[in-house]
Amino acid sequence: MAKKDKELSKDLFQPAEVSADKSEELGRPEISYWKDSWNRLKKNKAAIAGLITLIFISFMAIFGPMMNEYDFDQADYDAKNLPPRVPGIENIEWLDWLGMNGERTVEVLGASPEDALNRGKEAFELTDDQFTYEVVREYDPDRPDPDKRWAAVAITFNDYEIRGYEDDYFWFGTDALGRDLWTRVWNGTRISLYIGILAAAIDMLIGVAYGGISAYYGGRVDNYMQRFIEILVGIPNLVVVILMIIVLDPGLIAITIALTITGWVGMARIVRGQVLKLKGQEFVLASRTLGASDSRIIARHLIPNVTGIILIQTMFTIPSAIFFEAFLSFIGLGLQPPLASLGTLIDDAFKSLQVYPYMLVYPAIIISLLMIGFNVLADGLRDALDPKMRE
Amino acid sequence: MSREKLLEVKNLKQYFKSGRKSVVKAVDGLNFDIYKGETFGLVGESGCGKSTTGRTIIRLYDATDGEVLFKGENVHAKKSRGELKKFNRKMQMIFQDPYASLNPRMTVKDIIAEGMDIHGLVKNEKERTEKVHELLRTVGLNKEHANRYPHEFSGGQRQRIGIARALAVEPEFIIADEPISALDVSIQAQVVNLMKKLQKERGLTYLFIAHDLSMVKYISDRIGVMYFGKMVELAESDELYKNPIHPYTKSLLSAIPLPDPDYERNRKRVPYDPSIHDTSEEPEFREVRPGHWVLCTTKEFEQYKAELENK
Amino acid sequence: MEKVLEVKDLTVSFDTYGGKVQAVRGVSFDLYKGETLAIVGESGSGKSVTTKSLMGLIPSPPGRIEKGEINFEGKNLAKLSDSEMTKIRGKDISMIFQDPMTSLNPTMKIGNQIMEGLIKHQKMNRADAKKRAIELLELVGIPKASERINQYPHQFSGGMRQRVVIAISLACNPKILIADEPTTALDVTIQAQILDLMKDLQQKTEASIIFITHDLGVVANVADRVAVMYAGKIVEIGTVDDVFYNPKHPYTWGLLGSMPTLDSTEEELVAIPGSPPDLINPPKGDAFAPRNPYALKIDLEQEPPMFKVSDTHYAATWLLHENAPKVEPPESVKRRMKGFAKTGAAPAAGDKKGDES
Repeated sequence: MAKKDKELSKDLFQPAEVSADKSEELGRPEISYWKDSWNRLKKNKAAIAGLITLIFISFMAIFGPMMNEYDFDQADYDAKNLPPRVPGIENIEWLDWLGMNGERTVEVLGASPEDALNRGKEAFELTDDQFTYEVVREYDPDRPDPDKRWAAVAITFNDYEIRGYEDDYFWFGTDALGRDLWTRVWNGTRISLYIGILAAAIDMLIGVAYGGISAYYGGRVDNYMQRFIEILVGIPNLVVVILMIIVLDPGLIAITIALTITGWVGMARIVRGQVLKLKGQEFVLASRTLGASDSRIIARHLIPNVTGIILIQTMFTIPSAIFFEAFLSFIGLGLQPPLASLGTLIDDAFKSLQVYPYMLVYPAIIISLLMIGFNVLADGLRDALDPKMRE
Repeated sequence: MSREKLLEVKNLKQYFKSGRKSVVKAVDGLNFDIYKGETFGLVGESGCGKSTTGRTIIRLYDATDGEVLFKGENVHAKKSRGELKKFNRKMQMIFQDPYASLNPRMTVKDIIAEGMDIHGLVKNEKERTEKVHELLRTVGLNKEHANRYPHEFSGGQRQRIGIARALAVEPEFIIADEPISALDVSIQAQVVNLMKKLQKERGLTYLFIAHDLSMVKYISDRIGVMYFGKMVELAESDELYKNPIHPYTKSLLSAIPLPDPDYERNRKRVPYDPSIHDTSEEPEFREVRPGHWVLCTTKEFEQYKAELENK
Repeated sequence: MEKVLEVKDLTVSFDTYGGKVQAVRGVSFDLYKGETLAIVGESGSGKSVTTKSLMGLIPSPPGRIEKGEINFEGKNLAKLSDSEMTKIRGKDISMIFQDPMTSLNPTMKIGNQIMEGLIKHQKMNRADAKKRAIELLELVGIPKASERINQYPHQFSGGMRQRVVIAISLACNPKILIADEPTTALDVTIQAQILDLMKDLQQKTEASIIFITHDLGVVANVADRVAVMYAGKIVEIGTVDDVFYNPKHPYTWGLLGSMPTLDSTEEELVAIPGSPPDLINPPKGDAFAPRNPYALKIDLEQEPPMFKVSDTHYAATWLLHENAPKVEPPESVKRRMKGFAKTGAAPAAGDKKGDES
């Protein structure tokens, strides 16, 4: 191999000027922890999709109820149970499957298709030009299921025209009391988010303080504080919540308190674990040998190093609080009318699921999106903020 | 020799409770002095209590018993916050793990300036920045590094940032707790050279804790060897190296591999068997030669003395 | 001598968030039967990655072997599938890791951990495997082996645990034993015991050992040949005597100069200035040039090839080119080259007083 090198000019073999400083240079650009984390989060498509979904839902929760002229507690019994009707979409035929054209289809039974049709016309007070129909089946006494022996006709008509609401558009329809569901759904979303965020914030405050104090002071303090947590965790959650709601009268505050009374435990445990780990780290010892006070160590060294974990944990707490509130509402322990949350809306709609499915669909979709959005985002944050993923 | 004693450690004990009843005697009755301007090396194997000693001296732990006098003042006596702060300025520490000893969420500037902030040593932001830049230069880094975060630096650079942090409060005495064991060989030499340079320029006194005897010997004036919480031998570093007396010291010295293949081919290890000691008599720390102390019983004392004379 | 392993132009890279890290950049070496080859280098020099690729233990993704061959018994290990590699791993090539705490399964009796490989690779039945396990533990110097096979790792001290790890790695009579800093986590006195044990075992088993370490003292103690790695490349390779008594690469000079001599007369150690390069963007030319006081202009332009010093000794530095100026190592390094032990009183090891008191 040395043969070829003979062609190398002698000039190249002069000593080079190498400054020792140069090797101390840092090749990579300056970047802070948060910026680095954000860059990593940006690369996670699922987390960004979750983030966009959450921003959209939050936007709608704030401004959605203002987008039409109805109030969330404005009842109109004549307009009850109206299907969704959206201007524009109602005229596009191939979008009929969305059920947003104000039309309803009901199945009416009779001794014969004609009988069924007449019964239907009578029941819904329809004139001949107001509906279309389709025969579902003829009368057949031999069918095994007695209910299926009757003839059936599917009648499709525009509910808005019949009831004289031609000029009204309830985008998500109305509920059993004739209240606009669009307004109620976004109002409910707002309340659900409010409860979720408030509960998570209170969890965070109590949990961080409790876990932080327990770990930082350690020893006997830690021992007693941990025993208290164990007792709290030992009592079934639902029992505590039900008792709280009985004592406090159901309402926003009661539910929030009920959610947080045991909810902070998870946060406290996580923060305690982190602080225990951190307080023995050499940079904390170094600060102590420099004469730093407890408050300085907590503020400058411990809290900045647990914010990532706190953020991640909070992002997981919010959806679980929202879901727990929905669950409480669903079993009747939640908000009282006329207030609505996604949970109470689902509870109301569930009662008439087979007749008016649209009432359930929208709150159910939104709560699902919220759950998925928060969890996907929290997962992404965990990957982005985890220092072990660095390098 | 009438050298000024900077630090006196008297019968220092540090016990830790482990479990309900058992007690770990991490440090069990240490006695030694450190003179002003010298480097005192403390060696021993893992679990011998050398790091605990360092941490107890600087009050990271409260001593179970005994005294630590710094310029004649008891460090462990109850003190006001103001007095403690004064003491914190005079005594500083360099830590082992360059990755764990810097807060990952703080910039290098804030890390180095922390001591100055705590003790109010700078009046304004401009002075603070200047001091930090000066310290960075002192440890061989440049001012462009001030706004960076620790994770961007290599181990050796981080260790130098840790040294700059300790220097910021202008201490007289620095405890270096295994400052080079986590570093690569070439980087170890950088850090040791830097520490020597700083000692000369600033008249610092070091307590250098390590398990690597050859580096300790290089940097230290005197060396203390610890074994299970007790000091077994203490002497000037050349004396200790040439005339080790305690069988544990001999064993430790014989185990260090030297980067010399010929020597390594012919070397023999001396194993240490603690059962050779006479346990009926409590051993004491005795001076077998001026400045050369060994933990021994009366009988061993005579024997060691004879051994040294025959050399 | 018989060649057991041949590594040619091995190149390994890792995809990381910050970019592609070129951990190993064209490493070639041979391993002969019954020898110990020490690979010395700083953290990040690629020494561990090199040996992990021999074992097929590069996590992929993010890592991959970009090019190169690892020839062992007529097979190119770099191209083998995972299942084929499993048959070789632990049987023909086995590994000892740095930390004996984590390389043993804490929930399994150590006897079972030794027997695992025997049953899998040697198709032994349990009784035979158990007998062999006891033999192995006795071989690595664990007293009362027949009782201790029923104990768990936490019942062993650090040094004893590393002996168990060695016993496991020897179970199937491997042809190559890779030891990745096997004594770094141990105290010096325990380290000395383990090194003695490994040398002793090598004579009995005739296995070839690749010994990774950053401690030059350990290298001098165990190695027959030494490869010095820097920034993903071998910069100098030769017998221990070549490398310790006649080093040619300025980096090797720096490593030797960094070690304090025994007389401590020197004011300063010859430290290598600066820090190792970032292997995401390795510098142009010789990666060591920015830290090299002897750097030539060509070092900043072109990577040096391996120059032959003697039949056994090669070094990658332009200083060996015929056009290069004659450069002597610094005085302090020359002193060390004459023999470290001669620089002062060697510690009183094994002399007549060893058996006293």
